[in-house]
Amino acid sequence: MTASISSNGFKAGSKPRPLLRISLGFLVIALVLGLLGDFEITTLDPWIEIERMVAGIITPDFSATEDLWSAVVNTVAFAILGVALGNAMGFPLALAFQFRAVRILCAFIRSVHELFWALIFLQVFGLTPLTGVLAIAIPYAGIFAKVYSEILEESDPAPLQTLPKGTSSISTFMFVRMPDAWAHFKTYALYRLECGLRSSAVLGFVGLPTIGFHLESAFSQGRYSEVTALLIIFYVIIATIRKWVHARLIPLYIILALLVIPWTGELATSNLVRFFTYDILPHPLRVAETFDMGTLSALGAWLSIMWNEQALPGIIATIILTQVALVGSGALTLLFFPLISPKFFNTFGRTTGHIFLVVLRSTPEYVLALIFLLLWGPSMLPAAVALALHNGAIIGHLIGRYTEDMDLRPDSPKGLNLYAYDVLPRLYPQFLAFLFYRWEVIMRETAILGILGIATLGFYIDSAFADLRFDRAMFLIIVTAILNIGIDTLSRYIRGRLRLRTTADVV
Amino acid sequence: MNFVKTLATAALIASLSAPAFAETFTFTAIPDQDDSALKARFGKIANYLTKELGVEVKYIPVKSYSAAVTAFRNNQVQLAWFGGLSGVRARNLVKGSQAIAQGAEDKAFKTYFIAHTSTGLKKSSSFPKSMAGKTFTFGSKGSTSGRLMPEFHIRKNFKKKPKNVFSRVGFSGDHSRTIALVQSGAFQIGAVNFAVWDKELKTGKIDTSKVSIIWTTPDYPDYNWSIRGDADKRYGGGFIGKVKKALLNMNDPNLLKQFPRNSFIAASNDDYAPIVSVGKEIGLLE
Repeated sequence: MTASISSNGFKAGSKPRPLLRISLGFLVIALVLGLLGDFEITTLDPWIEIERMVAGIITPDFSATEDLWSAVVNTVAFAILGVALGNAMGFPLALAFQFRAVRILCAFIRSVHELFWALIFLQVFGLTPLTGVLAIAIPYAGIFAKVYSEILEESDPAPLQTLPKGTSSISTFMFVRMPDAWAHFKTYALYRLECGLRSSAVLGFVGLPTIGFHLESAFSQGRYSEVTALLIIFYVIIATIRKWVHARLIPLYIILALLVIPWTGELATSNLVRFFTYDILPHPLRVAETFDMGTLSALGAWLSIMWNEQALPGIIATIILTQVALVGSGALTLLFFPLISPKFFNTFGRTTGHIFLVVLRSTPEYVLALIFLLLWGPSMLPAAVALALHNGAIIGHLIGRYTEDMDLRPDSPKGLNLYAYDVLPRLYPQFLAFLFYRWEVIMRETAILGILGIATLGFYIDSAFADLRFDRAMFLIIVTAILNIGIDTLSRYIRGRLRLRTTADVV
Repeated sequence: MNFVKTLATAALIASLSAPAFAETFTFTAIPDQDDSALKARFGKIANYLTKELGVEVKYIPVKSYSAAVTAFRNNQVQLAWFGGLSGVRARNLVKGSQAIAQGAEDKAFKTYFIAHTSTGLKKSSSFPKSMAGKTFTFGSKGSTSGRLMPEFHIRKNFKKKPKNVFSRVGFSGDHSRTIALVQSGAFQIGAVNFAVWDKELKTGKIDTSKVSIIWTTPDYPDYNWSIRGDADKRYGGGFIGKVKKALLNMNDPNLLKQFPRNSFIAASNDDYAPIVSVGKEIGLLE
């Protein structure tokens, strides 16, 4: 790997800038896929529904939702416990991230969307809090491991180069790498808690008692006043997160969360055993009396149908949607991040920017996509735009925050010049790192947009769960995981190449 | 020390395996329209059943048919108000379970095919084959009226899978949403539960100059109350009969409107044979 990086890497004196080249490469790929893919606008009359939505937006109804406050409390509690547990599991994994097996394990567990983890745990633990907490904690452990290891990797290498020979690796880690990375860890963990809140809300879509439970029903049935009230509460929770989350308060929150969650339901090991030894076995194996040639050929037929009719078309649709949404997210990020950056706007401007980004990133993609579906008709377009807005707002928020720690020269330019000639070039590596990290997340999120009739892998997985065909679900989840690991490897490779260049820039 | 350990282990095992002292009887239900305020609405049903059955009855809300089936299979609920297809799936997974009642309306349920006016499609008594090539949305993937039956008729008439008949096939996830999507023209055609359409038409939510019914499916059996076969063993002999009687005797309109049904009538597993054969034919049941 290392050898190929250096041999394929950027030779000294090679003119085209690698960051630009890679960005343009992705842009071209997205444009080509956009032309090949299923993007169209069909003319419609959405106005009846849009009118109802607008009427709902201006008349939020906070009394419409049953058990509203318990849904709010559950949303926060599931998020805190899920993220805390994910953090606790992810940190040690990050330190062992140089091992390929750890990387593959982490890539696997985070490649499965929280909703699908929840659907798996529903089979095993039923509708219990454990299902909700684990559905967040498991994929998040994989994400924490990856990002923490990357923060360590991407941190400023200058102090490392000043170390005397023979410094122990523990000292290096504790006194050189950690202090530098710690602030980033904290920022990231806080950001993850925000993601956890979003995940927790969305888990309501499959039946956990969080905000999403009511949001999905209200939105499906056009009760837009209720939708607005639920979203407003959710926006407030997200927007104030920095006010109520402090490192010192976290243990208290964890205890409170443990107390308020309704720990009901009995756990039956028989469900666990049944799921893993029977439910997920391919159908031909389940019904076979003996394992013989007949079973084997039936299994072959099952695999070939699954591959040709679901996995392969699913992979193609997933990749097209992902690549278009990725580039869209990147473009929007660059547009969005100055909105919350003190380098560009005063307090008032930034507050407006924050509200705008909170609304975009906290509205579930599913809701955004449905609104665009009404406007433009069914195709990949509503899905791609929803994903791009959502992810652009998320990365824009992260990058905007990142600029807070950026020191400017006293004589730095202002406005557009500052943006184009100072800030953007300096944060571009970080921007690409976040974007490439988000790559696989976007791929995962394509899952919940099957409603638009876009047959991504997630669409087929969802169908398999709806049909209670766990064997198919598991097969497709494994295919998705492999695809994700592929994306992860590619992303790691690209970032490896880019890092060479950024390191050189620093030196 | 060892003794304490053994005791603790024993207590743990006992607490995990022993049934609770007062056995609670739990059920779930998803109405085919308006699933707001589920706990308050079905709490009333739970109170009624508690009174009739003499055991504590609890309601837990679920989000989807597949979640209801899973809860039934895992014995988290012992009784459930299922759709036709989800009922068959649940009873296939839990040996000995039986359909005991259905709504009076469920004996002859229907699906409407609805179309946006711009398609030019008009109401017809024969299957509208001119839908081919248009965009089409089902309801939720596991719905009998929004998925199973419309897909069956599409396959029967076109001899093709829906995705090969239409230019695009979506799953709206909800009957009300299907109506909204076709009314806005986002999808040209949709399949919707007749009762939901009739209700929304009555409440003025549908603009018939934008969307109208183009075809009605033949009748089929739909929603049903199904109970686990081990309920007699767990709650005492004759318990299933008592539950059935309590459901059939439910005549308070305030309770019935939660489903919403006019009354409940007796049903059996055999009543759902048409659903089984249709489900197998289009590959939604093994």
